[in-house]
Amino acid sequence: MKIAIASGKGGTGKTTIATNLAFVLARQNRSVQLLDCDVEEPNCHIFIKPEITTSQPVTVPIPRVDKEKCTGCGICGEVCQYSAIVCMNGKVLVFPELCHGCGGCQRFCPEEAISEVGREVGVVETGHGKSLLFSQGRLRIGEVMAPPLIKGVKQSVVNSNVTIIDAPPGTSCPVIEAVRDSDFIILATEPTPFGLNDLILAVEMVRVLNIPFAIAINRCDVGDNAVKEYCAKEGIEIILEIPHDRRIAQAYSQGEIASECLPEYTDVFSNFVERITDQVMGAKLYG
Amino acid sequence: MKELVVISGKGGTGKTSIVASFAALAKSKVLADCDVDAADLHLVLEPEIEHTEDFSGGKRANIISQNCKHCGRCYDVCRFEAVKRSVDLDEVASVDFQIDSIACEGCGVCVRVCPKDAIAFEPAINGQWYRSNTRHGPMVHAKLGIAEENSGKLVTLVRNQAKEIAEEQLLDLVIIDGSPGIGCPVIASITGADLVLVVTEPTQSGKHDLERVTVLTSHFGISTLVCINKWDLNPEVTSEIEALARNRSARIAGKVRYDNAITKAQIQKLSVVEYSKNGVTEDIKSLWTEVSRTLF
Repeated sequence: MKIAIASGKGGTGKTTIATNLAFVLARQNRSVQLLDCDVEEPNCHIFIKPEITTSQPVTVPIPRVDKEKCTGCGICGEVCQYSAIVCMNGKVLVFPELCHGCGGCQRFCPEEAISEVGREVGVVETGHGKSLLFSQGRLRIGEVMAPPLIKGVKQSVVNSNVTIIDAPPGTSCPVIEAVRDSDFIILATEPTPFGLNDLILAVEMVRVLNIPFAIAINRCDVGDNAVKEYCAKEGIEIILEIPHDRRIAQAYSQGEIASECLPEYTDVFSNFVERITDQVMGAKLYG
Repeated sequence: MKELVVISGKGGTGKTSIVASFAALAKSKVLADCDVDAADLHLVLEPEIEHTEDFSGGKRANIISQNCKHCGRCYDVCRFEAVKRSVDLDEVASVDFQIDSIACEGCGVCVRVCPKDAIAFEPAINGQWYRSNTRHGPMVHAKLGIAEENSGKLVTLVRNQAKEIAEEQLLDLVIIDGSPGIGCPVIASITGADLVLVVTEPTQSGKHDLERVTVLTSHFGISTLVCINKWDLNPEVTSEIEALARNRSARIAGKVRYDNAITKAQIQKLSVVEYSKNGVTEDIKSLWTEVSRTLF
């Protein structure tokens, strides 16, 4: 089973939920793999403190023009929808960071003057810690293309019993890439106007993807009641509520897992694990 | 005219609350919400929309089924797994092809290889952008459609519109609310800006993400200030962050204490400097003084 933790708004507890969920499941002797797909700012490693055993670069294909063969006809520039290859005065220029790697320029070049070379966008690191398998992507700084790297992290999945995905915040392409083939999504939010606004966007997103989901409310006792009212109106299950407890914030700030260092939260997360297992199994049977 | 971009690396550190307060404190400015994925600034500034326009970030392929002869060339060439094939086992000849509009990146390769011109390729509407008025002056903002891409292009559009307004109305400053992370929308919001303010928090995650985001800003050669929000939640990590900022030649422009007034103000649709007179408001005011001193 594959469970993704996402949120419209950042800082609403995705990483807290993902690491605690993975930790509690691993302690129940399940084989667990945690994938940190927030490749722009991966933070799970701060809590898992993994021993990284492999590091693989992820590349995207970009064009290389053979100047000997190029006649400056400009077809590559007409084909490219991203202005990543342009032909000016018979000279071809490539802008690697704009390239989506569709292969169009190479395919339609009448002179076969274009080949493809790999351009590194980041690395996928794998390892283990806290009795679980761990993978993360680290986007090369200055790089815009997160989705190919997220795809790379997801390809590192081994045959584990449960896969937990920590997704990036937002509702656009990187999030979609991270969550698209999950069995279940948990949307983290907080009970504030910003939290609600971004939750509604995230709910619209998972409905477009047609994946079963539930809500987790972080710092559930600050703010107002509007998130709960929204969930009741929409018939969305609130699967977890984490109180605003200074000790949780303290544990988080020091890079510690709450259900490991605060025994009373072990139960909170164990119950959550049971509810979620039921949900996912139910979704698989009837979904 | 100057451009100030407020970003954070890690999400949820208080960017938008700080920007809303700056909106109340700055004199002559335009506001631009470039967090187009999950825009929140409008919840506090309550803009009155004057002008709405569709945003198209590119084209999208669509198979016209009556023209399709089911050859499957489109399926073979697509690198984004956006062409879906449904095979009816009883009738292998009529394999059905469809484009998954979420996966399609609009490269148009399928359109060119289709021998029957059976693939339409039209501009996609990926969102909307707005020019508005608020109690604190003009504002440009946008809404990216659900499950849409091209947020970087929309960010650039919002920024350019805001700059245009500043030039037309002779305003001194564009204040940009950026998005979390270090990828496409963030890069689109900071390139060529005069000053970046990174809002972080005293957690190991905040510190880790601050480091990455300052490497990004120095990569683009943009001078960078840092604000440690909720600094008193962990003074120890706060001093670690101060040391990190020094190493990265990013000056600490201010430290803002933890105060539930920030959440209360948000619920009242107010910036915190409009909501309360002292405490956290004093911290934000002195942060603004430092930021504007650096800008002008």
